[in-house]
Amino acid sequence: MSPITPDDVTRREFLETVAKTGGQSFLFGSLFVNTALLRLPQAGADPKSRAEAEVGKGIVYGFVVDTTKCIGCGSCVRACRAENGVPEGYNRTWVEQYTFYPDGEVFVNSPNGGENGFADPAPTRNKPTGPEAPMRGFFVPKLCNHCIDTPCIQVCPVGASFKTDEGVVLVDHERCVGCGYCVQACPFGSRYLNPETGTADKCTWCHHRVIKGLLPACVVSCPAEARIFGNVSDPESTISRILATNRVQVLKSFLGTRPRTRYIGLDSEVI
Amino acid sequence: MHHYITEGYVLPNQAHIYWTTMIVLYPYITGIVAGAFIISSLHHVFDKDELKPVSRFAMVMAFAFALFATLPLLNHLGHPERALNIMFTPNLTSAMAGFGFIYSTYLFILAVEIWLVYRTDIVHLYQNTRFPALKPVYWLLALGVLDISKEAEAVDRKVMIFLASIGIPAACGLHGYVGFIFGAIKANPWWASPLMPVIFLLSAIVSGVAMVMICYILIHWVKGKETSYDCVHALIETAWYFLIIDVVLELLELVNHAYMANEDWTILKQLVTGKLFVSMFIIQILLGSVIPFLAMGAVVVFKEKVPAMARNVIGVVCGLLLLAQVGAMRWNVVMGGQMFSKSLRGFLNFEVDLYGREGLYAGIVIFALPFVVIFVFSRLLPLWGNVDTFPKEWMKEKPPVRQPLKGWSKFTS
Ligand code: SF4
Ligand code: SF4
Repeated sequence: MSPITPDDVTRREFLETVAKTGGQSFLFGSLFVNTALLRLPQAGADPKSRAEAEVGKGIVYGFVVDTTKCIGCGSCVRACRAENGVPEGYNRTWVEQYTFYPDGEVFVNSPNGGENGFADPAPTRNKPTGPEAPMRGFFVPKLCNHCIDTPCIQVCPVGASFKTDEGVVLVDHERCVGCGYCVQACPFGSRYLNPETGTADKCTWCHHRVIKGLLPACVVSCPAEARIFGNVSDPESTISRILATNRVQVLKSFLGTRPRTRYIGLDSEVI
Repeated sequence: MHHYITEGYVLPNQAHIYWTTMIVLYPYITGIVAGAFIISSLHHVFDKDELKPVSRFAMVMAFAFALFATLPLLNHLGHPERALNIMFTPNLTSAMAGFGFIYSTYLFILAVEIWLVYRTDIVHLYQNTRFPALKPVYWLLALGVLDISKEAEAVDRKVMIFLASIGIPAACGLHGYVGFIFGAIKANPWWASPLMPVIFLLSAIVSGVAMVMICYILIHWVKGKETSYDCVHALIETAWYFLIIDVVLELLELVNHAYMANEDWTILKQLVTGKLFVSMFIIQILLGSVIPFLAMGAVVVFKEKVPAMARNVIGVVCGLLLLAQVGAMRWNVVMGGQMFSKSLRGFLNFEVDLYGREGLYAGIVIFALPFVVIFVFSRLLPLWGNVDTFPKEWMKEKPPVRQPLKGWSKFTS
């Protein structure tokens, strides 16, 4: 056994120094990181997003879906896929068909996201328990709600999901790590992991078009004017006038996400 | 990502399951980490001396599993090369953003703790190994610190007790936090629950104890060595207590859903009585909870009347059942939450992928890696005690008999 003298390494000193410098650099390091983070240009708290009433203080977008007008043609779904290159099997927007039967059954479907329209205006039930003839029915187009208090941005671990000043919720595909947490956190099924890019994807209200002064592809392609998009902070805009003269509802309001996409003629069966 | 066959109305983007085998494996692994660490702490910090024979092994096991805890996550990410963004640009409102920090802090504590526990043994082996090739390895393991004077050891022990104490909240934090990742998702009625972190933590402890118990009994049995009667008893007892609290909370969660019968209960009821019936009622509750509860309960109640052999058999069998219980629980939470659509009107027919990056086989390989580490470790350092328990033929000289320092002796023995 080789002799070991206490001065080989003064371990007490070694440990003390390690503990001290370690502690210090951890403290300062985290202080530094946090300050740096605060200073990074991030779309953080968005005062305008909470202030739709603050008329004239800059553009804030809104979206209204008039379910009483939708005819279920699926033009919007096709237009969206073409405009945004949405991969097969995923949808940034889709149309649901609700059919009510006298025995209380509610039949909901959305074949292919409604992309090819609805061949059968009154779908036959798989296992009819009552009369075959439906009582009533309607279509509900769905898309990202661009929520104000949005859980998807809240949960993103790297800050890849963010909100623009106009209230549009977007994904930074250069930052997204593809963890899928936001997909789980969105209560509306608006998000998906794009298998081609490995990142999260969703409806952007066609942000790339909107910044050029164009309307979203689905809005343009809707023959029934069931989709209305515009600046809600301008009282003269079409959307503002529609919002001023209609009763509107949002999806899953009890979750408190405060959607900016609002619905006319929603039924309690629509969730 | 598959497009699954669906029943009823499933929202179009939910005809896929985004979190699969890897996300079931991840809490399973961190659970074993936390559980094994707590076993070693029960001895080191809470003076449960019966657990002494397994306390070092439990620590090594915690470390070996902790090394690979991030692997399922990395394997799952769409962009693993950006993984470190979670620490460089963390979004502080995200429950997930804490993972990098909590995990690395914990791994660091664990590594230093193990190093301190083993340091004198490493130095002894450095000086006495019969294999010259291993000398530099031991030197590296000792980080070049070869001082094993009494004063040095005293410092070691102080740091050890300190680390062990902060290690307990860190281990609880690491795993309770994993539960929070699910529990805080209000969009998913099957996950959203403040009980989730507690259930995750308790089941973690159950799985950690079970894993240590199985390995302890089986490895000793294979090597033809005696197990400590008291130690197996203490392991069974610990597993039993934690199992009871764990299962009570798991059932409370379910009963609460059923009794409150919110809007979502209609679909959750179909979920638990349909797609999750086998994994929940048969595996998680009947096989994984009721049987071990009775069998281990008998050991706890009849104490010395239970013959050693029977106790060991119960230990291994119940250990395996407990591992299945916790595995099924992870599965039921992670997959169960994705087998129904947020339309609350439809289901997915999920099938386990066998091959592929996130398939079952990849999961098995990842799960096997910690055992490889433990095996390599066992060739270099003693797993079940200090250097006295190491094969004599691997050393030139007997280790010196050291007088235990008052109070802290449990760390070096
Ligand atoms: S609908 Fe979903 S994806 Fe869109 S902002 Fe709300 S939570 Fe986010
Ligand atoms: S998938 Fe991308 S955008 Fe969504 S939470 Fe993960 S990192 Fe953020």
